[in-house]
Order: sequence, then structure tokens, then C-alpha cells
Amino acid sequence: MSYHSRVDRRWATRRAANPEYEPYHPKWHRKRVPIFWWLERPSYTKFITRELTSLAVGYAAVLLMVQVWVMARGPGAYERFLAILASPAIVAFHAVVFLFLLFHSVTWLNLAPQALVVRLGGRRVPDRVVLAGHYVAWLVATAVVAGYLLWGVP
Amino acid sequence: MKRSKEPLVWALFSSGGMLAALVLPALAFVLWFGIPLGWVPAPSYEALVAEIGHPVAKLVLLGLVTLSLFHWGHRFRYTLYDGLQLSHLYGMIATLCYGGAAALSLLAAWVLWTFPLP
Repeated sequence: MSYHSRVDRRWATRRAANPEYEPYHPKWHRKRVPIFWWLERPSYTKFITRELTSLAVGYAAVLLMVQVWVMARGPGAYERFLAILASPAIVAFHAVVFLFLLFHSVTWLNLAPQALVVRLGGRRVPDRVVLAGHYVAWLVATAVVAGYLLWGVP
Repeated sequence: MKRSKEPLVWALFSSGGMLAALVLPALAFVLWFGIPLGWVPAPSYEALVAEIGHPVAKLVLLGLVTLSLFHWGHRFRYTLYDGLQLSHLYGMIATLCYGGAAALSLLAAWVLWTFPLP
């Protein structure tokens, strides 16, 4: 039996077990993509940085829940948690996280006009108006969140 | 034919991305810089518990955290495929990313459910 028919049979069984199975062809001629391909051009690096902001978003979600969990354990636990948050290493780490969160916000909102076509009275709202609307929403959301955390509902 | 789940996870990714973009920087700045470093007039422990413990706030937090986690799961899945050239580990990566997001969301629901009411 030839190499290719053996490999074809193996793929067929794997595909039967898992319809999403993508055949991998190690022996076919293909250009090798180096693992650090995203360092080759600034635009690639920007792309991968934008993709990596998801780690900051996930981390923020988890830390938020850790903080709520700590607060349920009383004022002493909360005081100790605040002391950890104020330690230099954590502050430095969170500064990086915060920059990634900002990068996520800016890149995400900048794409909004391409994702969302708004029509008013049969006419398409220009991209820059849609974009400005999203930035206004960001400003309002920031004010609401900060106001609620610092002063509660008046 | 098996229906693709891609539209569902994309909707979670995209709504999570929008919510995260709008509110996470403000939350991060106040909770992890402003209050611990004394840059803002910090609310007392009791006031903060009352703010977090409000039923509407809990619901908003649950939505924000769940959607942010699925935003992470979906985007990080493709980062691993493309960035590290791991598309041959398709099934395992998808299970880890969405499974991780689902497990952490359940944990978040438990944390918020058991949080003391003010």
C-alpha cells in the first residue's frame, strides 16, 4: 500500500470520529511559517498585540471576581487585599494590564463603523459620526462606572 | 447536517468585546489604582459592599464577567491557532478556551450569588 493511500485512510477514520478534524499534511510541500512571524512587520506586531488584549480582558474579569469574593470575607480581608494591590510589583503589572485594556478599547471602538452600518431616514450615517458616537458612549460609561463606585446612587 | 456554533461564540465574543471596551478601563482604574493608591476619595468598606451587593449591580457584573470571559476564550483560541501555528490542535484548544470560560463563569455566578446583600 502506498504512503498516500495509508494516510488517506487514517484521515477518513479521524474525520468520521470528529467532523471538524482538519487533515494535516506534514509531507506536502508548504512554506514553513516561523513561530515568530508576527515580529517581521510592525503591522503584524500590532495585530498580535491586539489579539493578546484578550488576556488582559480575561484577567480583569477574574480579578474582579476575586475582589468580590474577598469583600464577602469581611473588612480585614479587604484591607489585606488593598495592601497587595498597592505593592509595587502588582502596580507595575496592573499598569501593563491597564495599557492592554486601553489598547483593546481603542482598537475595538475604531472598528465599530466597519461592523455597524447605521441608517437614519433612509440615509447612511457617516462613519465618523458612528465612531464619535461610540467614543461618547465610552466617556458616558466611564463616568457612570466611576461615579457609581465612588459615590453610589445619590 | 451539523449546525456550526461559530455564530453563537462570535456573538458572545463581540458583545463581550464591546462591554469590556466600554467599562473595563474605568473599573480597573478606580478599583486597582485609584482606591488602593489613594488617588481618589475611597468609599468605605460598607459603602462598597452595598454598591456591589445591589441586585442590579450583581446582574451587570455577572453579564460583564461572563461575556468578557467568552471574549477571551474566542479570541485567544484564534491567537493560539495563528500566532503559535497550532491549528492542528483544533479540538483541544477550543475545548480548553470555551470550557475554561464556562467554568470560570459558573464560579463567578457562585461568587455573586453568595455575596452578602447590603
